[in-house]
Amino acid sequence: MNFGFTEEQELLRSEVRKLLDESCPLEQVRKITEDPNGPGFSRELWQKIAELGWLGLTIPEAHGGAGLGWVDLVVVLEETGRSLFPSPLVSSTLAAHAIRRFGSPRQQAAWLPALADGSAIGTVALLEEDGAPGPEGVRLAGRAAGKSLTLTGEKTLVGDAASADLIVVAFRKGKSKDLGLAVVERGAAGLATKDLPGIDLTKRLGRVSLDGVKIGRDAVLAKADAAAISHLFDVGALAVTAEGVGAAEAALALTAGYAKHRVQFGRPIATFQAVKHPLAEAYVDVQSFQSLVYYAAWCVDHGHKDLPLAVSRAKAYASEALPKLGIDTIQLHGGIGYTWEYDAHLYLKRAKWLRPAFGDADWHYERVARLGGL
Amino acid sequence: MDFDFTPEDEAFRAEVRKFLKQHLPKKHTPEAIAEWQKQVRAKGWVGFSWPKEVGGGGGTIAQQVILKEEMSKARAPSLGTCFMGLAWVGPSIIEYGTPEQKKKFIPDILDGKYQWCTGYSEPGSGSDLATLKTRAVRDGDDYVINGQKIWTSIAMWSKWIILLVRTEAGESKHEGITCVLVPMDSPGITVRPIKNMAGGAMFAEVFFDNVRVPVANRLGPEGQGWKVTVSALAHERSSIAEVAGLQRSLEELKALAKKSKKNGKPAAADPGVRRRLARADARIEAMRLNGLRFLTKQLKGENVGAETSVNKLHRAALEIELGELALEIEGGAGVLDGAAAPEHGKWQRMALSWPEVVIGGGTPNIQRNIIAERILGLPKDP
Repeated sequence: MNFGFTEEQELLRSEVRKLLDESCPLEQVRKITEDPNGPGFSRELWQKIAELGWLGLTIPEAHGGAGLGWVDLVVVLEETGRSLFPSPLVSSTLAAHAIRRFGSPRQQAAWLPALADGSAIGTVALLEEDGAPGPEGVRLAGRAAGKSLTLTGEKTLVGDAASADLIVVAFRKGKSKDLGLAVVERGAAGLATKDLPGIDLTKRLGRVSLDGVKIGRDAVLAKADAAAISHLFDVGALAVTAEGVGAAEAALALTAGYAKHRVQFGRPIATFQAVKHPLAEAYVDVQSFQSLVYYAAWCVDHGHKDLPLAVSRAKAYASEALPKLGIDTIQLHGGIGYTWEYDAHLYLKRAKWLRPAFGDADWHYERVARLGGL
Repeated sequence: MDFDFTPEDEAFRAEVRKFLKQHLPKKHTPEAIAEWQKQVRAKGWVGFSWPKEVGGGGGTIAQQVILKEEMSKARAPSLGTCFMGLAWVGPSIIEYGTPEQKKKFIPDILDGKYQWCTGYSEPGSGSDLATLKTRAVRDGDDYVINGQKIWTSIAMWSKWIILLVRTEAGESKHEGITCVLVPMDSPGITVRPIKNMAGGAMFAEVFFDNVRVPVANRLGPEGQGWKVTVSALAHERSSIAEVAGLQRSLEELKALAKKSKKNGKPAAADPGVRRRLARADARIEAMRLNGLRFLTKQLKGENVGAETSVNKLHRAALEIELGELALEIEGGAGVLDGAAAPEHGKWQRMALSWPEVVIGGGTPNIQRNIIAERILGLPKDP
């Protein structure tokens, strides 16, 4: 029985934290993300984290990765979340996960090495206009024409759409219930991506339009179906929630630190229970959805049937708790928390970004109810 | 991460399951329970976390968790009947008692010969327990005790009380508090039961009017009573038993929702009800997993302290929420009681008895202070 991390995982955590603290403190995060003409991340740091193996963490060694699991990945994501590190890491990891899990050996060999070494950026395009975070929302049409497939439709709120080289697109075969995943490469005729400005500058979202994009059959992931799309939503929810844990811990540390030093009425405001109790409650919440995240990651690594339930519990909890913490972070700071200059709002914005990503609290609680027999 | 126990521990689990198959009473008649108690005592499962030298079971942390988990799943009767004796009086005596005290009290606690009650809270000292005023003045070989305790659970049925008294002048908080063990039939003790809001009387006021107790009944050194009551005995703190209880309540509540109508519609189809049930589910699961994290630390030999307040807060909120939700699901009939109420008033009892869990052992606000001060490092209140 060990519901904790190994020494190697703790070492990985401290390495990730050290690099991010040194190379990408919040000052740097702002510089990267506030540049109106920039891609929203640093190419230089992207190359650096590729060299350190973060991009290929869960990619098999045969394809240039480290062959580790989601528990290891969660360690990295907690830290990138803590630093609000702006990068397509989550998007690219999800694309790699889809190709590894649902692609044929040939497809894996074709795309995974470039995702592992960072020469290609990947993303998954799942969500459409109606917003249903599951296979039921997939309408984008895939029509067979001889040996090729024509994709027509639009995906929205796609992570890092504008910088992606490989887009894993969920589609529906004709009017059937059959769903699939196709890998569309940047530059394909009929493919257009558009950056959508967002509240959280550390997370880039975009629209992906496919107007009769023709792909070969070998670009359709061999083992992908509706369950695969559902699974991608699950691991997507897990990844962003893991980052949410780190962001929450950082917001809590920032606010607790401020409350210890800010003096009003002749004493540090942290001595007031009106201040310390919301912080204690936030601690309870963060610890708790962190535990739920760890278990969900373990479920991915062990192919455990609990995964959908485990993910929904974690994402629902976090989607409720993190925005609340974001608001408390601002309120407990008072006026300074409302300024652009002070960092509090960065966490509030991440919380708002996280809330609907891969299903909001309503959606996930409803699934918990359904899976629990209601 | 690895959720498996060792083969030795799993062998222990198999042993517990086999025992349950053979000995779990079908009906909880007094005779069947008495027989059960005899059997579990013979097994060494009463005081399972206590050292073998004092007659306990010497169970490892992992075995304690397994035993509790299996007992809870089987809805087995308690292991032993001297509830407070087993929970904290015994551990304090084991750690701080004289050889005579151990010999006199420990076997009786394990055998459940009689009940112990706990005299900590006073009318003016609740959450701020360290301000207690009940005084013990040395007179020869005796202490003479004067004062009053309150919220003393099962005082009227107890033979002994573990008492915190002030032995030094002043109110310097923790210093000057001493722990003494007092027979409840001592002249000068008056017990007055207090009826609680559920209509029962489980706790009482206890008055001390020149009660004489031999100094030999002191537990631990004079002035060290505060330390004595916080035993450091290594017992598992995974909250596995509490989680199992909450899981059961949640399943029963889902069953209630499935058969009930709320405002003329099936309650289980109501989005608000579904969300609240799912919310409770996520929190119970979080408690379970938090508990496993505490357990992991304990298995590594690390201390688990303030973080257990996380699960205490969850439990407090859930005990209240599940009772409230049940009554809301029952709708108008939720205001009925006893035989007139749905399911014979089971949920009314839950909705009116949560204070035992929520207030006893430290209110939620005290738990928040513990987290804020000991984990987040925020300054104490002035």
